[in-house]
Amino acid sequence: MDASWYLVLSALLFAVGAGGVLIRRSPLVILLCLELMLNAGNLALLTFARMHGNEDGQIFALVVMVVAACEVVVGLGLIVAMFKRRLPLNVDDMRELKG
Amino acid sequence: MEEVAFFAGAIGALGGAIAVIALRNPFYSVLALVVHLVSLAGLFLILHAEFVAAAQVVVYAGAVMVLYVFVAAYVGQVEEPIWEPIPGQRWLAPLLAVALFVELSIAVLGTALESIDSEGPTVQLGFGEPSSIGTLMLEKFLVVFEASSMLLLVAAVGAIVLAGRRQEASGRGAEGEKAAEGA
Repeated sequence: MDASWYLVLSALLFAVGAGGVLIRRSPLVILLCLELMLNAGNLALLTFARMHGNEDGQIFALVVMVVAACEVVVGLGLIVAMFKRRLPLNVDDMRELKG
Repeated sequence: MEEVAFFAGAIGALGGAIAVIALRNPFYSVLALVVHLVSLAGLFLILHAEFVAAAQVVVYAGAVMVLYVFVAAYVGQVEEPIWEPIPGQRWLAPLLAVALFVELSIAVLGTALESIDSEGPTVQLGFGEPSSIGTLMLEKFLVVFEASSMLLLVAAVGAIVLAGRRQEASGRGAEGEKAAEGA
């Protein structure tokens, strides 16, 4: 398969993830959509690594996975904290940055 | 043969991604994301990224998704209308996603990269194997490796601080610890 197929697929997955972030209101699903976008980026990185026959891009992809894991941990911690304080789990209701 | 594998993986990944944003119940969204991640791991295998594919299945589809399922079960079903009050958002958001896809595709396909229409060079034996990835990580990218381990530590501490605080902490601190384990 040509590298362009993979790159177009990764663009498509990224667009789906971005659309999900804009459409959905639940912070949990928004985090899932962020995962979609990060994984689309990973697919592009690995495609370029294959295209150039160079493994550096795979290291980059692994670092992206580390960052994604950190983002998940902090994001889920925030959701649990919101739930425990009886705040609404809806990003439209959470737009005031007041303590 | 490779085409069949690619299209199977692509359909799985795309179907999983659309199911994530289309399903109403967050729990099902998480399960759809598992399908997406495993399909993507198959695509990584075709791209000769064996170690990344294994890490994808173990770290993502395993550990991170367990964390998601746990939080989805803890929070429970949230009343969420899919479409919401901001006027015009119903049309604007998908339109923006389509525009983003078109723009990215034009940017990718319009590049002057010559090898974009080829499979890439024939890779040497051991390309993407754990041994070569490990050698790269501990020699060329040692600083990156240490920085990412530092980042994981900070995230684990942050999760405990965020989710584990409160006086009647009986069993409440468990979330933070679970989150730390996921990291």
